[in-house]
Amino acid sequence: MSFIPGQPVTAVVQRIEIHKLRDGDNLILGFSIGGGIDQDPSQNPFSEDKTDKGIYVTRVSKGGPAEVAGLRMGDKIMQVNGWDMTMVTHDQARKKLTKKGEDVVRLLVTRKSLENAVRQSMMH
Amino acid sequence: MDTESTYSGYSFYSGRSRGSHRHGERSRDRHKSRSKESSRSEKSVTINAPPAEPLLGDQSVREEEVQDDNWGETTTAVTGTSEHSLSQEDIVRISKDLDDSVGLDCKRYLNVALSVILGLVVLLTPLAFLILPHLLWPDRLKACGTACEGLFISVAFKLLILLLAVWALFFRPPRAGLPRIFVFRALLATLVLLFVLSYWLFYGVRILDSQDGDYQGIVQYAVSLVDALLFIHYLAIVLLELRQLQPFFSLCVTRSTDGATQHYNLGQLSIQRAAVVILENYYKDFPVHNPAMLTASKSRAAKHLAGLKVYNVDGPGGNNAAAGIAQSQSRAMIAAAARRRDSSHNELYYEEAEHERRVRKRRARLVVAVEEAFTHIRRMQEEEQKKAPGDVMDPREAAQAIFPSMARALQKYLRTTRQQHLHSMESIQQHLAFCITNNMTPKAFLESYLTTGPTLQYGKDRWLARQWTLISEASVTSGLKDGTVFLLKCIDFSLVVTTKKIPYIQLAEEFIDPKSHKFVLRLQSETSV
Repeated sequence: MSFIPGQPVTAVVQRIEIHKLRDGDNLILGFSIGGGIDQDPSQNPFSEDKTDKGIYVTRVSKGGPAEVAGLRMGDKIMQVNGWDMTMVTHDQARKKLTKKGEDVVRLLVTRKSLENAVRQSMMH
Repeated sequence: MDTESTYSGYSFYSGRSRGSHRHGERSRDRHKSRSKESSRSEKSVTINAPPAEPLLGDQSVREEEVQDDNWGETTTAVTGTSEHSLSQEDIVRISKDLDDSVGLDCKRYLNVALSVILGLVVLLTPLAFLILPHLLWPDRLKACGTACEGLFISVAFKLLILLLAVWALFFRPPRAGLPRIFVFRALLATLVLLFVLSYWLFYGVRILDSQDGDYQGIVQYAVSLVDALLFIHYLAIVLLELRQLQPFFSLCVTRSTDGATQHYNLGQLSIQRAAVVILENYYKDFPVHNPAMLTASKSRAAKHLAGLKVYNVDGPGGNNAAAGIAQSQSRAMIAAAARRRDSSHNELYYEEAEHERRVRKRRARLVVAVEEAFTHIRRMQEEEQKKAPGDVMDPREAAQAIFPSMARALQKYLRTTRQQHLHSMESIQQHLAFCITNNMTPKAFLESYLTTGPTLQYGKDRWLARQWTLISEASVTSGLKDGTVFLLKCIDFSLVVTTKKIPYIQLAEEFIDPKSHKFVLRLQSETSV
């Protein structure tokens, strides 16, 4: 999850498919996001690099669709349904996640443990 | 003023304790009845106390006797003193009286006389220029009309203005007596004298000798003299008054005995004028010099030295050997003192803490006593004054009535803070009457006793305004320069003055567009999806 300005971002990602839960008129996913290019990155407790303005998962509600699908707190969301999440504002990210017509969102998320796991498996 | 050589064979410190002890003894022997009376005043009310006696005159001496047990060891000469020995305060008082009576003022009178003569010469010269032709050759003078009259009026008014200006600038009571002449004034006086003399010379040669008939020319000559005198007066104002107004130097004044420091900003002055300004500010800014506060550190210093004694075991050697021995002795003493486990810092800490506690306790008692005393009297209203004329007191009697109830607490407080010699009973009663007259609260009355004020607040005998000596390596009429150091010595202490130039300030400018003040919020919002 290193960010070198000018270079493409490389990360080990996990595909997570969340099926939205219908709750009355709303479709909920069961997690909260924080971050965005219009936010203050230094207050993000989950990021390694405090200048990282990406979208992070700040809370996962227990038993919700996100937890079932394998999303964990502290994950950085890289893509939502093909839309990039590394350089968006907070509101744009929310909109991409809560489109009314879609029942399923496919996320690409990354976390530190993924990279460690890949490195370990490469060493054996 | 040199007490050591002239009056006694004993050192300064022992002289003080000895002298005051003797003084007390003398007064005690002679005024036994009075001492009994003042000791009685501690317990009961005695309104007719003798005036101007120090509040604790005899009691303090007795207390000193009790506390200062080893005064016998600290005096260096026990013999040779008689009943007529004088204490330090007596010597100061005598020399002050001498100074007041003898005319060191002859220098001042000379100055005044010279300046008056010069002023008269200057003022009468234009008039003389105008009048002499009329007296000496009235027949040959051409009559001049309105132009001359206009010039007469202008001469009159300019002379009046000059007179007022000279009176305002030069005929003020002198504030100080300087050791050397005031250079600028002397220069200006010389300039004026030369100027007037040259005018007289020209007048004598060109007008008196030739008996010129053109009166208008003569009047214009006189007018030009008055104009030039006014310009010289302008020069005098600039040199004497305006030049030193702009601050140029910052002077740091430190008192040698207790380190009280103040800073003053002065302009370009000569050293003696700067010394006068500093002394005028000294009387209002520095807390009064209290030698009783210094005894503690002196006793500590004595103890440091008295702990070790060095003996010369090897016997007397040659000259070089003696010097070498003395050096090694002092080095040995310093080394031994450093190695010795000195607990004097501990003593100092506890002593100061104890003293602080005692002062606070006495202060609390004093404040309560004074507040209670003030509740006993009340200002009488106008209507009451007409109704009940009996048992009415004026401020002085009212002060005397309530003073005894607070006297003891005040005595004890002053003794604890070692201020008792600064206030006499008479001065305290006067101050109390003053406070009552002006409707002051007890706190206002106590303020002058709880804090040590500037020297001007206390009686004239504390001022010692005629005892200052200026000690300087540079000439005292030379101007102040960066790094000038000079001393102002009074009898018991001296003021050390160092000069620093005020730095040249370079200001840069930065322009901020008022529209450039913009702000954003630092957000970290969390949205649930």
